[in-house]
Amino acid sequence: MRTLVFASRNLKEITRDIFTLIFGILFPLVLLVLLSAINSSIPKEATMKLFEIENLVPGIAVFGLSFISLFTATIVSKDRCTSFILRLFTSPLKPSQYIAGYTLPLVPVALLQTIVCYIASFIFGLEWSANILLALVVTIPVSVLFIALGLLCGTIFNDKAVGGVCGALLTNLSAWLSGTWFDLELVGGAFEKAADLLPFVHAVNAGRYALSGEYSLIMSELLWVIGYAFVILVIAVILFNYKMKQDK
Amino acid sequence: MIAIRTEKLTKKYKDKTVVRDLDLSVNEGEMYALLGVNGAGKSTTIKMLSCLIRPTSGDAKLMGNSIIGDSTKVKQIISVSPQETSVAQNLTVKENLEFIAGIFGFDKASAKEKTQQIIARFDMKEIENSRAKNLSGGWQRRLSIAMALISEPKIIFLDEPTLGLDVLARRDLWKQIEKLKGKITIVLTTHYLEEAEALSDSIGIMADGVLKAQGTADELKALAKTDNFEEAFVRIAGDEV
Repeated sequence: MRTLVFASRNLKEITRDIFTLIFGILFPLVLLVLLSAINSSIPKEATMKLFEIENLVPGIAVFGLSFISLFTATIVSKDRCTSFILRLFTSPLKPSQYIAGYTLPLVPVALLQTIVCYIASFIFGLEWSANILLALVVTIPVSVLFIALGLLCGTIFNDKAVGGVCGALLTNLSAWLSGTWFDLELVGGAFEKAADLLPFVHAVNAGRYALSGEYSLIMSELLWVIGYAFVILVIAVILFNYKMKQDK
Repeated sequence: MIAIRTEKLTKKYKDKTVVRDLDLSVNEGEMYALLGVNGAGKSTTIKMLSCLIRPTSGDAKLMGNSIIGDSTKVKQIISVSPQETSVAQNLTVKENLEFIAGIFGFDKASAKEKTQQIIARFDMKEIENSRAKNLSGGWQRRLSIAMALISEPKIIFLDEPTLGLDVLARRDLWKQIEKLKGKITIVLTTHYLEEAEALSDSIGIMADGVLKAQGTADELKALAKTDNFEEAFVRIAGDEV
């Protein structure tokens, strides 16, 4: 009950922030429009498939989810850096209830964001299939990954720094290394290897395989995401508990 | 009945002793002001009493519950209104109050009922649907104290409740705080000596982590052999008595 009350407060704080709407929903949609427009200008002879809607929308969905990290980090760090946290610390809330309260409300926000992204894709030629539902399910561990990253950043950085770290660095890093904007094989070398060792490209690939119905390939990609999400969440929880004691 | 009793309460950070062998007692229903210059140990004392930090040694009993052994019980009977205004900015006044009632374990119906009661008590009806971030400093502080009271604590800690407010807002808040006298045990820290003198039943003066003296404002003035409370504070805190 207490967890839900805390989660409800966090959900209201996040969704009432105009930046949530701008960065969480509008910005990915604008990119979808722009990249679809670019795709329509590419001659068919070029056989450039990267910006075709079936390849593009899973990438844009993951890019949109990177803003979930920003939202999570912002609310955690704002609470930590103000005396609001003292009020919470003197309440009967337990550490596990803090973590759940910060994490839970972001999952429906992430799902909503992805659903909006897929609905918008119908305008640009995405055809309805049950695989879209599978792609939405694939989104869940990906959103947990970005929530965990946000929790970690919000725990480490103050409310001013998270804007730079999550809003600029993480969103750009996850975008470049996701294979959404350019083919990583074309860059090759250390860049491709680094991208392959990180979870972002695997998150996009899992979405692409789900959408194209290549079911047997999904899990091997998703394991990267789940592994990273688990490890980062554990680190975030340990650090959060440690900082809770320190911040007092 | 004694609401708060500390026994040799001490807090050390490495070699620095911030609070040393503190022995103070506050009666139930009393308003107790803790005074001291910056670094005197007031905030650390409040943090220990509200279970935010563990004492290095000693203990304190709040309504008979130890801050070391029974911190969960202590947290159920206390509330803190921190120094800075601490409200959820994007929530309305009503939502802030219902939120705090909820995390203290009230069910939804009770939380709504308590919220309406406290809104009426603090004359906040006209702003109940305003978001906290749109309120003036005085209203935010009033909300902050109302949030501390909605859980029906037996003891409330008000840390610098009027800091940064203009004279009118401060006097307005004094009236709200005065209404609480006798109904709840209040521990108030403040830099405004006239605030302590006007509001408190009993006053403790701390300096260098030590409780130098405690008593009513008149008793402290008598101790310092002066009619002026500010002068009494300076003499007691400055070890001139």
